[in-house]
Amino acid sequence: MKRRDFLKGATSVAVALGLEGIALPAKDAKASVWEEFFQKYFREMNQAEKDAVVKRLEADYKKRFGKDIKVSTKGPLPNVLYGYGLDLSRCIGCRRCVYACVTENNLSRNPQIEYITVLRFKNGEKWVDDLEEAEKYYNPEVVPEPEHFYMPVQCQQCERPACTKVCPTKATWKEPDGIVVVDYNWCIGCRYCMAACPYGARKFNWGAPTIPVEQINPNTHYLGNRPKHKGCVEKCTFCIQRVRENPGRYPACVEICPVGARKFGNLLDEKSEIRMLIETKRVFRLKESLNTNPKFYYFFSL
Amino acid sequence: MLRFIKDLISHILKGTTIYYVWLVILFALILNGLIAYSQQLQHGLIVTNMRDQVSWGFYISNFTFLVGVAAAAVLLVIPAYLYNFKPIKEIVLFGEMIAVTALIMCILFIVVDMGRPQYAWHIFLAPNFPSSLLVWDVIALNGYLVINLTAVIYVLYRAAHGKAYSMSIMWPIVLLSIPWAISIHTVTAFLYNGLSSRPFWNASIVAPRFIASALCSGPALMILIFQVARKLSKIDVTDTAIFKIAELIAYAMAVNLYLFGAEIFKEFYSGSVHLAPMKYLFFGLHGHNVLVPFSWTALACNLTAFALFINPKTRKKFFLLNIACVLIIIGVYIEKGMGLIIPGFVPDTLGEIYDYLPSALEINLSAGIWAIGALFYTFMIKTAIPIYEGELTLLPKGTTPEPRSHH
Repeated sequence: MKRRDFLKGATSVAVALGLEGIALPAKDAKASVWEEFFQKYFREMNQAEKDAVVKRLEADYKKRFGKDIKVSTKGPLPNVLYGYGLDLSRCIGCRRCVYACVTENNLSRNPQIEYITVLRFKNGEKWVDDLEEAEKYYNPEVVPEPEHFYMPVQCQQCERPACTKVCPTKATWKEPDGIVVVDYNWCIGCRYCMAACPYGARKFNWGAPTIPVEQINPNTHYLGNRPKHKGCVEKCTFCIQRVRENPGRYPACVEICPVGARKFGNLLDEKSEIRMLIETKRVFRLKESLNTNPKFYYFFSL
Repeated sequence: MLRFIKDLISHILKGTTIYYVWLVILFALILNGLIAYSQQLQHGLIVTNMRDQVSWGFYISNFTFLVGVAAAAVLLVIPAYLYNFKPIKEIVLFGEMIAVTALIMCILFIVVDMGRPQYAWHIFLAPNFPSSLLVWDVIALNGYLVINLTAVIYVLYRAAHGKAYSMSIMWPIVLLSIPWAISIHTVTAFLYNGLSSRPFWNASIVAPRFIASALCSGPALMILIFQVARKLSKIDVTDTAIFKIAELIAYAMAVNLYLFGAEIFKEFYSGSVHLAPMKYLFFGLHGHNVLVPFSWTALACNLTAFALFINPKTRKKFFLLNIACVLIIIGVYIEKGMGLIIPGFVPDTLGEIYDYLPSALEINLSAGIWAIGALFYTFMIKTAIPIYEGELTLLPKGTTPEPRSHH
């Protein structure tokens, strides 16, 4: 090894062991670095503390991206339990949901993070229980391809989540409205939840996430689509920043779907579309044998 | 006290050329590992070959193997204290020091695997107990570290004062350490075992197999270390002690192979979709077969070693015994390392096959941690033996230590 490389290595050890992962300019940022380091666990903060954190984050993001980014800490709406429906008869495998999700949720472009995986199956192949024949990297000129069908998979927002059970620091939990969230600042990056999740829904920031500044979505939620940092786990939150608004908006994937294959609503509302679907269609949930009880229903309209 | 510290340092510094070469190699490896770690801290875990599909890799594999090594000290503690078997009682201290070393390495492997290690203290502020097996494991491993460290320090403290340890103090430590050793295995196995999303791990046989294989590799490592130690120092390790350990390894390997057979039968005979990881491990899946040569190597090593260990004639010839020990360490290192962790993730939960082998950086960093362990153990042995033998003492100059009971 060259001497210079060695010295570089040695100094970076010192730097890294000190204030690792905090990519902020030193001078005036010192206080906020320590504030970030000693930030409390989100669920133990009162509103004033949450507001202070939001203020700090917004200032940090402003510095990082040169843009005003709003961070909401809005809590769950009363009497709401979100449920999702996906019409496998209609899905054409176009992946527009995947891309809409990436932009809406400020997901890292490089390294690439996507919350939605669309699986392609050949007609007649096994698919419900055994996903070994699934093709995730299909790339044809046009979709849908003949003799194939598609099944998008994302966080199933389980009622009995396997992921929250294993987290050593309680950094991930199920909110009262049924959304499984992560406090990215409390996550230590052990990735136990990724081992536990049966749906491949959890994504790790293997490197520092990058987002083109002009494509940043400035309307964010603390537990949702705010810009993330390297070393933490993230996942689909049913676009918590949208669905908790009043009146709520659809998640980006529902809104973009060109064939209306994606349905979303309040499971506690008897008159909601999602309830109608569950009651009148043939629905199933992924890997039901694991008893995770997803609130994500696949169905066939045709 | 000052004189003791000075003596201690001079004992560490004194040594043959081989000793210095050994130290230089270790320091080089540690430095190399530190540089690798600094790069990982800078760029993130993306410098490893782990990805979302295979989210644990070489670090966790090494961790898992070392938990086994740590717990194997119990194989010396039981005959030494419960059965008062003299030849092993003489050396049980060095077994406990292996446990301490292995545990420190375990902790290091966990730390380097974490995405945000600087926030590890969150686990103490909001422990997800009793729900998360990882919290259980933190308690189990650190507890076992404290127990073994207490035993080692206590015995050496007494020895430095020229006194034998008193059994009334050792008994509670021993009685605690035996179930605790079993528990660090069991809890670590349960960590994987409890995940219904991973059929390869979600089999009841995982924890028992874990214990059986650990009772092979840990003691095999001890046999090798003891032979080196008795060559290079005054420590008295009798052949009887070594052969007794070898005999125990033979039984442990018999159990391990039996459980392995039971697992193989169930998976291959029933042939359900859960067979996929096992197929991947031994035959490859859809043309992906990076682990296949390793798995067969491990199996061949374990079987050969078993043949050498089970026969008293071969296990009592040092040349063959040492070959068998090396084979068993290689075999279990593969089997309880990559062979256990990676197939848990292949195919992944959505059916994708991602071929994982560690990156050069992962290997460099891991070698650094192994070197830290080796250095730590070297220094421990280098100071513990003279203390044990009464050369390095806290007694005032000129006093002779009273005869120790175990001599």
